Amino acid sequence: MQYAFFLGCVIPNRYPGIELAMRKVAPTLEIELKDMEGASCCPAPGVFKSFHQSTWLALAARNLVIAETLGTDIITLCNGCYGSLKEANEILKTNSSKRDEVNKILHDFNKEFRGTIDVKHFVEVVYQNIETEKLKGLVKKPLHFNVAVQYGCHLLKPTKYRKVESTERPKFLDELVEALGSKSVPYRDKMMCCGAGGGVKASNPDVSLDMAREKLENMRNAGAECIVTPCAFCHLQFDRGQVDIRNQSGVDFNIPVLHYVQFLGLALGLESRKLGLHSNAIPIDPVLKKL
Amino acid sequence: MVEPKNNVIRLDELDMGFAEDVAKVGAEKINLCIQCGTCTASCPSGRRTAFRTRQLIRRALLGLRDKVLSAKDLWLCTTCYTCLERCPRGVDPTDVILALRTMAAKAGHMLDRHKMVSGFVIKYGHAVPVNEENRKLRASLGLSEAPPTTHTFKEALKEVQEITKKTGFDKLVCFEWK
Repeated sequence: MQYAFFLGCVIPNRYPGIELAMRKVAPTLEIELKDMEGASCCPAPGVFKSFHQSTWLALAARNLVIAETLGTDIITLCNGCYGSLKEANEILKTNSSKRDEVNKILHDFNKEFRGTIDVKHFVEVVYQNIETEKLKGLVKKPLHFNVAVQYGCHLLKPTKYRKVESTERPKFLDELVEALGSKSVPYRDKMMCCGAGGGVKASNPDVSLDMAREKLENMRNAGAECIVTPCAFCHLQFDRGQVDIRNQSGVDFNIPVLHYVQFLGLALGLESRKLGLHSNAIPIDPVLKKL
Repeated sequence: MVEPKNNVIRLDELDMGFAEDVAKVGAEKINLCIQCGTCTASCPSGRRTAFRTRQLIRRALLGLRDKVLSAKDLWLCTTCYTCLERCPRGVDPTDVILALRTMAAKAGHMLDRHKMVSGFVIKYGHAVPVNEENRKLRASLGLSEAPPTTHTFKEALKEVQEITKKTGFDKLVCFEWK
């Protein structure tokens, strides 16, 4: 399987360990990654799409065209990038007037959106193409943890641009976590937003952090030993958010946060340093000690 | 005594074409709203703030243009899309909020923090650009110091910048070219 690897912003520029983990994990899943040279911010859907839709579409189209030139579908590790690129791709494939408008802009750079590729999230590829039964067979080191699974909103919603079994009680990510030996613990308001999206983290950091705090409390009350998420922005929100909460209110949750690709990497037997886990704000040691 | 004037909405102060404008900007189904409040009940932001999605939609439908577009609450939506999935009338409330934000930005109500993030995309191609600390971290992990994005390919960054000029985005976010 070949994929164009879309990095986005948070992963390469704040959590490069997630990028490293992907580069190490992909070969064991027989995924070949092609770099999307010159790609930019997706751009962030909740923010840019709401300011100026034609700019959002044009910048997203430019990224999509890079993958079209490579001739492969896009794979992402961030729900924001996934939502933005997937939605823009669907709009440009189905709305000819918007496609024409975008192509008029891209024409000056000898680029054209043709609508020849799809946008996939890493966990979607693992679930659909590798499947949980095969995944179980690849596990070298079963991970016996009580995990708080955080899907993140834009992996699932809005459903008008993606096919999802359920947005209220989805199962696939829990299955992907449990295939590695862990238990996905149920917790209150599990499907609630982490609070980072829509530009709220930038404009209203206190409101944003309060949402993270509420979720962290619910995760702690359910006995979660770590948080596993497929979204780079949820990851940042919960990892650095715990430091912000500690500084503001003295409350210490100390729940390690792992991106799903890093969690999978541990189960595949990769060293934690090769998964970039030591650069998290909340130390990952309790997880490593229990391995 | 409460001044009754404050609670009175005068018909001649309403912009009757406002809801239609919102529909044109991408929230075609705003008129389907029956004010059931499922959106407000589902909103994780409204749970801790005074942000009320139902009220915002009601005000938009009434034609309270300035009140709606200048409201600080407009920026409290995290775009989690829970209201959009649950709305029994298919109003797509999140799309209403996004349309209102588009109109608010055009009317000059964009927040400084959002202008700053937008400026990063114009300047670097990334809303979250790399910094010295993360260049070092990348190198220590055996990755290239700068990712193979607009951070490495200057021509690519120029394309991003030209696109924002062509669409007028640079002016919208008051970006200063230097």
